[in-house]
Amino acid sequence: MTRLILQRLFYGLLTLFVVSLVVFLATQALPGDAARAMLGRDATPERLTALREQLNLNDPVAVQYGKWIAGLFVLNLGESFANAMPVAEYLGPRVSSSVALMALAAIVATPIAVAIGAYSALRRDRAADHATSMVTLITAAVPEFAVGILLVLVFATGSLQLFPAVFAGSSEAVLESPEQLVLPVATLVIAVSPPIIRMMRASMIEVLESEYVQQARLKGLPERTVIWRHAAPNAIGPVAQVIAVQLGWLAGGVVAIEFLFRFPGVGMALMDAIDNRDIPVIQAVTLLIAAIYIVVNLLADIVGLAANPKVRVSSR
Amino acid sequence: MSTATLETAPADPPAPRRRSGLLHAAWRHGRTKAGVIIVGLVVVVAIAGPFLSPYSPTEPVGPPNSTGVEESLFGTDGIGRDVFSRFLHGGYTLIGIAVLAALGGVAAGAVIGIVAGYLRGWLDEFLMRTNDMVLAFPQLVLALLVMSIIGPQVWLIVLLIGGSHASRVARVAREATLKVIEQDFIKSAEAIGLPRWRIMATEILPNISSPLLVELGLRITYSVGLIATLSFLGMGLQPPTADWGLMINENRVAVTVQPWAVALPVGAVALLTIGANLITDGLSRASIGIDRGVEE
Repeated sequence: MTRLILQRLFYGLLTLFVVSLVVFLATQALPGDAARAMLGRDATPERLTALREQLNLNDPVAVQYGKWIAGLFVLNLGESFANAMPVAEYLGPRVSSSVALMALAAIVATPIAVAIGAYSALRRDRAADHATSMVTLITAAVPEFAVGILLVLVFATGSLQLFPAVFAGSSEAVLESPEQLVLPVATLVIAVSPPIIRMMRASMIEVLESEYVQQARLKGLPERTVIWRHAAPNAIGPVAQVIAVQLGWLAGGVVAIEFLFRFPGVGMALMDAIDNRDIPVIQAVTLLIAAIYIVVNLLADIVGLAANPKVRVSSR
Repeated sequence: MSTATLETAPADPPAPRRRSGLLHAAWRHGRTKAGVIIVGLVVVVAIAGPFLSPYSPTEPVGPPNSTGVEESLFGTDGIGRDVFSRFLHGGYTLIGIAVLAALGGVAAGAVIGIVAGYLRGWLDEFLMRTNDMVLAFPQLVLALLVMSIIGPQVWLIVLLIGGSHASRVARVAREATLKVIEQDFIKSAEAIGLPRWRIMATEILPNISSPLLVELGLRITYSVGLIATLSFLGMGLQPPTADWGLMINENRVAVTVQPWAVALPVGAVALLTIGANLITDGLSRASIGIDRGVEE
């Protein structure tokens, strides 16, 4: 199993390297002189020289890449074009507010989805199970921004003006106004839950049909103990991997949701940067999101390996 | 779109009995019927819409953001264009691009998966490792990065979405191929000296058409969602085009004053993806059932 994990780690690092190369080459793909392409026609010669210096444009490409990567390790991501702030300083508070949003969504979604999945399995082929299956089929299909807008249409406009449609406030204190967080968090919860519910249902059904659950029932244990002591803990294993994958998805999925609610996080920063052709910020955010996605998927893989008895036993 | 899906499916060579068996079995599920009706409805609106629209989708017809005006059913948008006309014009581009990206992605993925699964060796290793790299990049963020540099172009959307589908389809196609090549008819085809490309095209491809059809449905569902999201983010189709995703982007600031300009396109996108997913679910249930019936 150690060998398998090391192999995954190696491919994870290789993937990170390739991704960083793709993000770096984005600036190289600009037609003509990258500095002029970024600053536009009316750039002053001083700005152009300064930018060439900042991007190391006078060096060969390989050296440019090396310097850029070296800068990443000391959080030197260059300076934002749009607001002349160091990128790391500009993104800092936005990263923490995005993390707060994603963490809230994860904390709400995971237990609810697991509980619904387990309940659905217990009521297999009854009305509640069919209803859950239909609802997850529907919510899994609709793009998350559309879910968000439907929530806005229902809860923020018309007769039910319960929550604000957009977020008003700075990125420093997003947690101070919980009522503004309700709709964005709800949207993310609806978006990540369906696969967790379906996996939990499938896993729970398999466990409930197993011999040890039958044995527990035959020795006369109360149904409550059978479910919570014997079935549920064993059903969770395979679900953990799906939960991890879904949390990794959050890193990318948050972009459209932050844009919709004007939530001051990294996704909003990315969309602003695209508007302003603020290349250093675009690079930093895409690299950050991709890195989170890769690392979380790697962890999911390892969790999956650890939860798979075949792999665990074969290593002994 | 259901009809579009099924008509365009003969990208695979014919396997008449098996295919019609799958479609028949899928049709028996109530959700498939519901999906076909929903998708059919949205597609009819999208295709017939431009011919029925009362006004031009790009010309102002009244004061901005008004509702309840007599001449216009759902009022006007932020710069006074007729919301209903824009809605009727806004579907076919989204559906066309989505189906194109899904078809391209499934075709490319099927080729990669069959080649990797049948030829094996270093080519298999190389193709699948490259695949894993593509899979490691979140689809939406990759599209945003590339489009922010090159600029939003329709061919680029098709290429990026289709490409990211291809690596996901390739995995499925490879798994299915590995199951097929163990069977005797492949060995017999090899024994009579059929060239390898003929084996792949005429022996393997027809026998993995069920999972590919399920993939096509799934990829169309995701394509619609992704492309609508890109347009919503302002990185898809560009103004003044009438497009459902773009309409949502343009009118969301005025959602409290003029909810129709957002509600109509969002409703259509939601219905389209739900319907496509219902059909996909019906197909996948049928395909599991049929596989059992044939192989056991």
